[in-house]
Amino acid sequence: MAASLAKGLSPVRAELSNGGVILVQETVMTPAVTISASFRAGSMFDPVDLPGLAYLTGRAIDRGTEHRSASMMADELDERGVSMRVSSNRQALTVSCTCLAEDFDDVLAIVADIVRNPAFPPLEIESRRSEALTILRQNEDNPAARAVDAVLELLYGWHHPYGRPPKGTVIGVESVSRADMVAFHAARVRPAAMSLAVVGDVSPDHALERARQAFDDWAAEPPAPATVAVPPLSQGRRTRVIAMPGKTQTDIAYGFTAIRRLDPRYYAYWMMNNVLGEFGLGGRLADNIRERQGMAYYAFSTLDATAGEAPLLVRAGVDPANVDRALAAIDHEVAALAAAGPTETELAETRGYLIGSIPRLLETNQSIAAFLQTSEEYGLGLDFDQRLPSLLGSVTRDDLHAAAADVLDPARAAIAVAGPAGSLV
Amino acid sequence: MLSSSGTLPTQLALRSVQLDNGLTVLVQEVHTAPLVSVWSWYGVGSRDEGIGLTGASHWVEHMNFKGTLNIPRDDMKGIVERFGGMWNGYTWIDQTTYLETASRDALDQMLFIEAERMNDSLFDREECESERTVVISELQGGDNDPEQVLDTELTATAFRAHTYRHPTIGWLHDIQAMTRDDLYAHYRRFYVPGNATLVVVGDVESDQVLRQVERHFGRIPAGVAPTRLRIAEPPQLGERRVRVEREGTTPYLKFGYHAPAATHPDFFPMLVLDAILTGAKGVNLWSSFRVAPPQRKSRLYTALFERGLASQVNGALLATADPFLYTLSFTPNEGVSLPVLEEAVFSALEPVAEGAIDDSEVTRGKRQLRARLVFEDDSVTNVAHQLGFFETVVGPGFYSKLQPCIDAVTPEQVREVAQRRLRRSSLTVGAFQPLETQ
Repeated sequence: MAASLAKGLSPVRAELSNGGVILVQETVMTPAVTISASFRAGSMFDPVDLPGLAYLTGRAIDRGTEHRSASMMADELDERGVSMRVSSNRQALTVSCTCLAEDFDDVLAIVADIVRNPAFPPLEIESRRSEALTILRQNEDNPAARAVDAVLELLYGWHHPYGRPPKGTVIGVESVSRADMVAFHAARVRPAAMSLAVVGDVSPDHALERARQAFDDWAAEPPAPATVAVPPLSQGRRTRVIAMPGKTQTDIAYGFTAIRRLDPRYYAYWMMNNVLGEFGLGGRLADNIRERQGMAYYAFSTLDATAGEAPLLVRAGVDPANVDRALAAIDHEVAALAAAGPTETELAETRGYLIGSIPRLLETNQSIAAFLQTSEEYGLGLDFDQRLPSLLGSVTRDDLHAAAADVLDPARAAIAVAGPAGSLV
Repeated sequence: MLSSSGTLPTQLALRSVQLDNGLTVLVQEVHTAPLVSVWSWYGVGSRDEGIGLTGASHWVEHMNFKGTLNIPRDDMKGIVERFGGMWNGYTWIDQTTYLETASRDALDQMLFIEAERMNDSLFDREECESERTVVISELQGGDNDPEQVLDTELTATAFRAHTYRHPTIGWLHDIQAMTRDDLYAHYRRFYVPGNATLVVVGDVESDQVLRQVERHFGRIPAGVAPTRLRIAEPPQLGERRVRVEREGTTPYLKFGYHAPAATHPDFFPMLVLDAILTGAKGVNLWSSFRVAPPQRKSRLYTALFERGLASQVNGALLATADPFLYTLSFTPNEGVSLPVLEEAVFSALEPVAEGAIDDSEVTRGKRQLRARLVFEDDSVTNVAHQLGFFETVVGPGFYSKLQPCIDAVTPEQVREVAQRRLRRSSLTVGAFQPLETQ
């Protein structure tokens, strides 16, 4: 069958004269197409005194262009059942949507217009600012969000881009001006910083032709190169307590700074984190905290893939009476994995899981687009899904042990605890 | 029986078979990726719980991951993961379901797990006790979210008689008091082949799948298919109100109108009405609500956003076996009081409730729903969910009728349903007012 993914991805890549990259993967599951235009324009580019600039720029970028008013654009999208998503994380600002295959040409033209010619109408900016402030206020009332923000600040410090919340702060979002947003767009949303992924029921030839029409004449110099500073070395165990009266459960975020995505040890770290807090219900952490002690609905760990040294975060939501026990359990599992590494069984299970999950990670058009864009961002190649099994397969138990020993040390952990007052550590 | 789902590209036949013990099996071949998704569905949810036993269905779901006769607890979650698979489960008001999606090589293991789960879960006493505190932790995590607290209060206020009134996770005291034997009795009563549907979708060969299913499930005794509670909510006689006051940062407003069941003739016109009011969501409980609806031209979005009154507007009409609620949720902008927002919502709804709806709005709503039906069939996991969900909650073959039913909706039907369903006497208004102590 055409475009079957039985043997993995078969993407087509083209680079435009202005540096923009187009990635196309044809699929036939449904008569729909996902379009994702991603730019290296995330919150890491926020000025230290304007946290939230990238986020608010993203929220306003799709609300009218030089050629379409906000109302015209709303008409064109709603008539086709298309909801435009603009996401902003530390690294990237991404405009994406899914449309019916029959609407692909029209919707691609809208996406191009959004990223190239945003008008940032003042009224729309104020409306989006109100939305953003509401979301930030909701986060202030969310123990999990508060704990994660706090632990990242402890790990990286406010002056490091990973130490500030990607959505910014209330004061930051209130302070962003239209001129700031226009300047941010002009400086960062440029063709040489773009990867455009088109995935779905469309032929590569047609998608490439349309993408060239939409983006080839976009003249702009490449943006200034950016580097992410090495985070400060941990000076010891640090704990921050956030009292939130009225809450019924306490959230714990416990973390370390780890490594960059392009560090050769990344695959060992990835597998080590799977053993610690992902496999099954949440690795060794969930086995201890949830399955054996019944203390929490969730306990897991995450390791981001980022240009700079990424955070490795342990998360748990526990009864306020169990905070000390939960922290002791996390300390125990972290120290045990660092001391002895994984068992041979754990290594085999993790390897089997991560290699076997590759087809599932490529199950939807959106997930394929994200996979292709990540591969492009880190120069992993069009055949990365084919090479990944051998990359994971060559990691040894000693490699995992070394990764654990390198990063997991309770004496260097940063800890944030957010929950009801009077019951915190 | 043969039928097909209209949004799939290949239009392969859906196989529907019933085993001798009463188990319904649906198999859909989809050969776009080397994956298979298995879902087992049970006709049991929180509506099946009596006084003192609220939360039993959900807790039983948890226990069904805690070991069976032939699968120790510690192996239960790893079997499929060794093949790179994902697994999960959920319980809601009408149904409980379990799923695995993995490479096609794992199919036999997936069927083995589901057969064990149907008949041989252990419900070890110590494991039940350990899980009690896990479920309480889940409940407390939900209570941290003011929108969820408001939703619980609003639902409990809107229903007087129907068991839809209590939250699926249960009331805290019931979770504290329920015994292992209560849970096991609930499991034995509802987990029988005649009350279950097994769905297999993916890169498989139907005849082979049916042979494997017979081998794993054919041994399970038929048992007695449970009789479910038959309850009708008495008519609401006037507007109801509930106000929640608690520490927080953000106020919330929520409307709940009594809604039609999925089999009622009003359901599809109401779905189009929701698209007109807040943008089309689709009908996939598993995935549709994770993607924002196209709502920039919807009635309530334009009325509230353009006047700077609200920053979030959501509508939800879900396919349920009995009449449930059509909810509208609003988050006011900073500085906008709940009474001001409520007045604006009523002003926007008033003409709609009088039938002032343009044909073009109906056309747009139907077009949006058509697109969402396509989008939500984007994976074998989602297709399998939809087949099993509608089979369990609504009835055989309903999934394939979704698109024709939406196509058949007329503007007159939408106007008539709006006039009849958006009445104040059918409404419960919920408000969350944060206390300023932080």
